[in-house]
Order: sequence, then structure tokens, then C-alpha cells
Amino acid sequence: MEFGIVELSRLQFAMTAMYHFLFVPLTLGLSIILAIMETVYVMTNRPIWRQMTKFWGTLFGINFVLGVATGITMEFQFGMNWSYYSHYVGDIFGAPLAIEGLMAFFLEATFVGLFFFGWDKLSKQAHLIVTWLVAIGSNFSALWILIANGWMQNPVGAEFNPQTMRMEMTNFFEVLFNEVAQAKFVHTVSAGYVTASVFVIGVSAWYLLKGRHIELSRRSITVAAAFGLASAFSVVLLGDESGYSATHSQKMKLAAMEGMWHTEPAPASFTLFGLPNQDARETKYALHIPGVMGLIGTRSLTTEIPGITELVATAEDRIRSGIIAYDALIHIREARDAADPAVMATFEEHSADLGFAFLLRKYVDDPRMATEEQIVAASNDTVPKVWPLFWAFRLMVALGFGFIGTMTYFFWRASFRQMQFPRWSLRLAVAMIPAPWIAAELGWFVAEFGRQPWTVDGILPTAMSVSALSMTEVSITLAGFVLFYTVLFIIEMGLMLKYIRKGPFQDVEETEAWVKRHQNRLAGRRNADAIATPAE
Amino acid sequence: MILHDLLSYELLRMIWWGLLGVLLIGFALTDGFDMGVGALLPFVGRSDVERRIAINTVGPVWEGNQVWFILGGGAIFAAWPPLYAVSFSGFYLAMFVILAAFIVRPVAFKYRSKRDYPRWRATWDWALFASGTIPALLFGVAVGNVIQGVPFHFTDDLRTIYEGAWYMKFIGLLDPFSLLAGAVSLAMLVMHGAAWLTLKAEGPVQTRARAIGSVAALLAVAAYALAGVWLAYGVEGFRIAGDYATGGPSNPLHFQVERTASWLTAYAERPWIVVAPAMGILGGLLTFLGLRAGREVSTLLFSKMAILGVISSVGLTMFPFIMPSSSDPQSSLTVWNSSSSHLTLFVMLICTAIFMPLILIYTAWVYRVLWGKVTEADVTDNAHSVY
Repeated sequence: MEFGIVELSRLQFAMTAMYHFLFVPLTLGLSIILAIMETVYVMTNRPIWRQMTKFWGTLFGINFVLGVATGITMEFQFGMNWSYYSHYVGDIFGAPLAIEGLMAFFLEATFVGLFFFGWDKLSKQAHLIVTWLVAIGSNFSALWILIANGWMQNPVGAEFNPQTMRMEMTNFFEVLFNEVAQAKFVHTVSAGYVTASVFVIGVSAWYLLKGRHIELSRRSITVAAAFGLASAFSVVLLGDESGYSATHSQKMKLAAMEGMWHTEPAPASFTLFGLPNQDARETKYALHIPGVMGLIGTRSLTTEIPGITELVATAEDRIRSGIIAYDALIHIREARDAADPAVMATFEEHSADLGFAFLLRKYVDDPRMATEEQIVAASNDTVPKVWPLFWAFRLMVALGFGFIGTMTYFFWRASFRQMQFPRWSLRLAVAMIPAPWIAAELGWFVAEFGRQPWTVDGILPTAMSVSALSMTEVSITLAGFVLFYTVLFIIEMGLMLKYIRKGPFQDVEETEAWVKRHQNRLAGRRNADAIATPAE
Repeated sequence: MILHDLLSYELLRMIWWGLLGVLLIGFALTDGFDMGVGALLPFVGRSDVERRIAINTVGPVWEGNQVWFILGGGAIFAAWPPLYAVSFSGFYLAMFVILAAFIVRPVAFKYRSKRDYPRWRATWDWALFASGTIPALLFGVAVGNVIQGVPFHFTDDLRTIYEGAWYMKFIGLLDPFSLLAGAVSLAMLVMHGAAWLTLKAEGPVQTRARAIGSVAALLAVAAYALAGVWLAYGVEGFRIAGDYATGGPSNPLHFQVERTASWLTAYAERPWIVVAPAMGILGGLLTFLGLRAGREVSTLLFSKMAILGVISSVGLTMFPFIMPSSSDPQSSLTVWNSSSSHLTLFVMLICTAIFMPLILIYTAWVYRVLWGKVTEADVTDNAHSVY
């Protein structure tokens, strides 16, 4: 593959987006865990719950700020590096980004300051509301960004306008209630909740191994395990829902993820293991489980899932249809309002395939001049590289099931074994901390790499989406981002570790005063709950 | 959906042109004092405690303020996609510098006081200074370039092409008029930051902020007036030629544009717009007097008035142009040829009408909760919770 401006821009986008998503999932989940902890504090009045909120809140803040900072790059680099994309689909894609700012960013960012600075300025109830607003704001932002991303995967509610040479919105509610977006939203926030739960359990486990902050850690694990268990089920189920919706919207991505080179008789088998070979279009040493793929993908025993070879043949037809659309477009553009109705009708008929004609731009400036070989080459280009998708997907799913197992175990120990955790399980919890991040990055990789060669599926090829920039400019910014982000990452990890080692700030006076009151209360009651003791 | 026909395409474009102004002004009024405080930091705070006082005046609010910048980007993307595509890729390296500043600034706020070594804190102080000063300057430079026109043209596919070598796209931005515009912007935001510190701080931090701020206010007024004279005699304007549709498709190539002697002919056609520059100059002078006299609330309001006047004067003078092209005037972006579709503008207006009042209400509530001076005791007594 030649390395040009398109590849360099993709590398920069992938790098900045994946880096941004190191911080986002923890923000999504930890904000809710903070709100749960503070709710318990307000309901029970036990200082330990406030200390927990403040302690996890400090770690939340260190992480949150980098999520905010790296998110800025995301908001602007569509215009900087993907200006033709911005022009071509901004009419639809820009709206959810702007609504995200209006509805979500303002909420979370305005109140996050009060979360940290408002403990003494607000009543307990008012501060609790502030914390919930931060959590809600963070999660809403994920909703809108996934509506935007969902539209790139499944572009509904829009059509091409030949007068403005771009896609324009025809139905806002179709964009909003895009089935791909909805499934992806719940899948993604659930992944964030799992991430935060694994993080909280892991850090608490480390304290328990060191024999520090026992009470705080046990309670934190209890909250995180319950929250994490529900989320782990949700992330796997909604991942399955994403697969189901991909069956009708993104057939090629699904076929590539599964290494399905040819259409099989329904219900198709699921390939558990194998070595996909792109050139030969076959998967070697494949281990099949009969029927499972058909059930997951179509939820029926009779519907066929098309294989890669068949989809390439469809793409070739659509390229030929797209060339007709392109020819009509050129006539309409020249004639403006005075276009011949017959030409307009031809365009209407073929305009859905216009994007496929643009795939030829890689080989020839005017798609109408394309040779047979170029059309065949362009239709083969619609197949993304299979082996990375095949493996990334399997690794992600394995991790997902691993989270269900771990969370079930910790939930059981916390709920039915008096919050006693064996040392091996604590060591496992510490070792698992990076796992949800790996799973989340793999998930994004599958979603975005699997959509190639398109930025907007079937509408706009990636190669056409870039800005007219020089290699030097993009190299400078890419190098700048790498350097900058590496330094920030090292600083962030350093602070995270420092504050984890330092542990929670405990207000001794407050705790002792509360212990006295609590003991008096316990003295007056029989069968006092042994676990309901305050902080150590 | 037929609902969006309630408002004509032309009217929606006018409204969104106004909202673009509201967003830019909202950004300058809120995040502007954050940048100003950053630029003032080394001068108003000589000891660590003094610097922490200055930082903690913006500590709880900078995150919300910065969202005006992000929303500005998002709203331009949604309502003016060609402007989003042309400007950010055209000012590519300058945008990168601004992004770098906006990335490092939150981190500097948050991390600065999390460790005790003087070198750690000095480094973040430097970062706060740079990330306040450089974008304040570059935003003005960008406006200066937009006023003079930017060298780009569209292909038939409406792909944007920039004229000139890559380094000229960056260094070429720094022409004398644009640098003057940058000076206006920097001086104005330093003035605004000083007005904020006057309200929120006391003691030596406040005294120094007042002294520096009053100089900045005079410089801002002088540079702004000079830029006005320069516009009258040294910068050509643009005009849409011939018949054109204000409610037609958003395609710049459907319009004819010609150069005029000066932008200031707008003041002959729409004399009322003189209100904007008058507010800019008067606001600047009143801020100067307010800082001198040590008035707190009214000084901040005068400073806001100056910013409102200066930014709206640019938009009103250039109307209907939003980003003219110097090398191919026909490719110029105007209110009539670079908006989103009728439906998108309508949907976004509904969203803005619902959420913008809510945002203003809860932002006002947060500022009310935080009302009052940040004192030395606030910083030293709460060392583990404040910045």
C-alpha cells in the first residue's frame, strides 16, 4: 500500500480517537459510580460514603480533564483533516455534534467544577444533584456522538443534493432513532460502566492486598461488582444487538468480521477459530460451530447471510449504476435549474449508488472513463482487510465473557460471603485493570476499520474525504500529537498512581464523632449489623 | 416534515448568522477571561499563593467556559459546514497551535497544584501563560485574515484548494494588518481577565491586575481605532454582484463576487451599525476608568460591552460575507451560500431554543453559588481540594 495523505490522515485520526477513548469509558462509568456512592451517603449519612465519593472523585478528576482536553481535537479535526467529508455530510453529521455540546457538554462541564469546589458551598442534597447532573451530562454526550457515528455506519434520513454537491438531511428522526446508533450507544456506555467497575475493583483489591483502607475498599468493590455485573451482561447483549443490526445495514463488515468468504446455506455456522487468507478467500484451520452465526446475525433459521464474494459482485453492479448517476450529476450541475427532467429521473434512479462511482476516483479522475479492470479493482476494494477484524472481534468477545465471569464472582463474594475476597481473586482483579480498555479499543477498531473503504458506508469513500493538505503539514501535526499525548499520558499515569498510593483523605475528627453517635445508636438496638461500621 | 417551512430559508440563515455571533461572543465573554487570567498570571502572581488565588478565581468555571469553544466548533459544523471545512483546513497549523493550547490549559489547571515541587508548578504556570496568550493572539490574527480574504478556491466538486506553499499558509497569516487585529484581541482579553480578577481577587493580585488591565484597555482601544482607519484606507472589501437568491441552494459557485474599495461602505448602506464600533470604543474607555477607580461589578460589565461591540462590528461590517476568498472572490462564503439545508437549520434552531436558555440559567446559578472573593485563606485552608 502506498503511504499518502489519506493514510497519514487516517493514522492521525485513529491515534487521536483511540487516545481520547482511553479516558472516556472511565469518565462514563465512574461518574455514575460516584453518584451512587454519594446517594448512599446522603441516604445513610455515613461519612465513609462521602470519603469514598471524594476519593474516587479525585481519580475521576485526573482522568476527566484529559477526556475533555483530547475531546477538543475530535471536535475540530473533521474540519482540519477531513474537510471534504465535512462539506459532504456536515449537514447531517454536524447536527448531533452541536446538540452534544448544547445538551451534554455544557451540563457536565458546568457542574463538574461545583462537584469539586462545591462541597462546602452547597447543601448535601444540592451537591448530590450536581453529581448526578455530571453523570447524566457525560452519558448524554456519548448518546449524541454515537448518533453521529451510527449515521456513518448506517446513513439513513438523508439524500444527495446535486445543486449543493452534498448529502442533506431529509428526516431528523430517522437520524436520531437509527437502530445502529441506539444499539451502539448502550453497548458503548455499558463498556464504560464495565471499565469503571473493573478499575474500582482493581484499585480496591490492591488496597486489600496491602491491608489498607479495608472498609472503603470492601464497600467500593460491593458497589462496583453489582454495577459491573449488570453492565457486563448489557455490553455483551447489546454487542449482539449491534451484530444483528449490522446484518441488514453493514453486510460487508459482518462478513469480514466472521471471515465468511461465501454465502452459506442458512443458518450459517460461526467460525470460532481460523486463519483468514485474503487472497485465496478462505479461512484455514477453521473451527466451525454449526448454525450459531445464522442465529446471532438473523435470529432465524432460514435467512441467509451474504458472504464476501457475493457482496463484491453486488458492489460491482452498484459501481456500474453509480457511473450512470455520476454522468447525470455532471449534466445537472452544468444545467443548474434548467436540467432535463429525463436526466433528473435517471439521476434519482441511480443516485443511491453515486458513492460507488467515487470508489473509482482512486484509479481515474472521471469515473465515466473507468476501464473494466478498474471497475473490478474498485469492487474488490470494498472488502476490508479480514484477519485484523476477525481476530480483534474474537478477542473483544472473549474479554466480554471474561468480565461477566469476574463480576459474577465478585458480586457473589460481596453479597453472600460477607465481603471476604480470597487473595488470588484480588491479584486477578489488579491484573485485570487494563482488560476493559483493550476490549473497548478493539471494539472501536472493529467498528471503524470494518467500515473501510468508506467514511460513510456506501456514500463517501475515505480516500475522497480528506483535506487538500501537504504531507508536511499532516506529518507536523501527527508528530505534534504523538509527542504531546505521550507526555500527557506519562504525567496522567504518574498522578493517578500518586493519588492511588496516597489513598483516601480521611477526616479523623468527623469519623470519630460519627462512630460515637453510631455506637450509641447500636447500643440501643439488638442484632446490630456488624458490617455497618464506619471507616477504619 | 413540513414544519420547517414555517420559517423561510432566508430568515433561518439570518438567525443562524446571528447565532454564530452569539456563540463567538459567548466564547469571548466567558473563556475570554480565562485566557486573560492565563496571560496575566506571571505578572499578577509573584508568590505561589498569589498565583493560586488567580488560578482559583477561574478554577471552578473554566470547564464550562471552554464548552463555548467546543459548541462554537459544533455549531459551525452543523449550521455552516462549508465554513467549518474551509476555515479549519485552511488555517491548519494555526488551528493545531490553538488546539494544543486548549488541550494543555485544562491539564495545567487541574494538575498544577497536585504536586509540590517548584519546578512542576513553574512549568504549569508557564503553560497557563502560553495557553492564554497564544490563542488570544491567534483568534485576532484569524479574524484579520478573514477580513482581508483568504486564498482558496472551490473545484466543481466543491473541494477546497488553497493557494501557495504549506508554510505560507501559516507564516503568511502573520501580515501587519492581521497582527494588528491579533493585538486588539490580545489586549482586549487581557483587559477582560483583569476586570475579572478585580472582581474575584483582593490585595496585591487585584492591585496589579488593575494596573496592567488599565494599560491593556487603552491599548485595545488604540489598536482597534487604528485598525478602523486601516480598513478605511488600506483594505479592499467584497460585494456580491448581479442578481442573487437569498433562499437558494448553498453553492458558492452560483454567485458572482467583486472587490470594492473598502468594507466601510457598509456604514453608508446601514448607518445604524455604527452602534457596534461605538460600543467597542466606549466600553474599552469605561473599563479603563473602572479599573482606575477600582469599581468591580461595573468594570466587568463595561469590559463585556467592549467585547460585544468589537466582535459584532466585524460581523456587521462584513455582512453578508463570512469568509471571502482573496484569490478567487467567486468562491467566497456568504450567509446566502454556505449554510446547512433548510431542515437542518430549523432542527438546530429548535434545539438551541430549548437548550440555550437552560444553559444560561444553570450557568448563572453556578456563578451565583461561587459568588464572592477568592482569598488567601480559601487557598491555604483547602489545599487538598482547590487548585
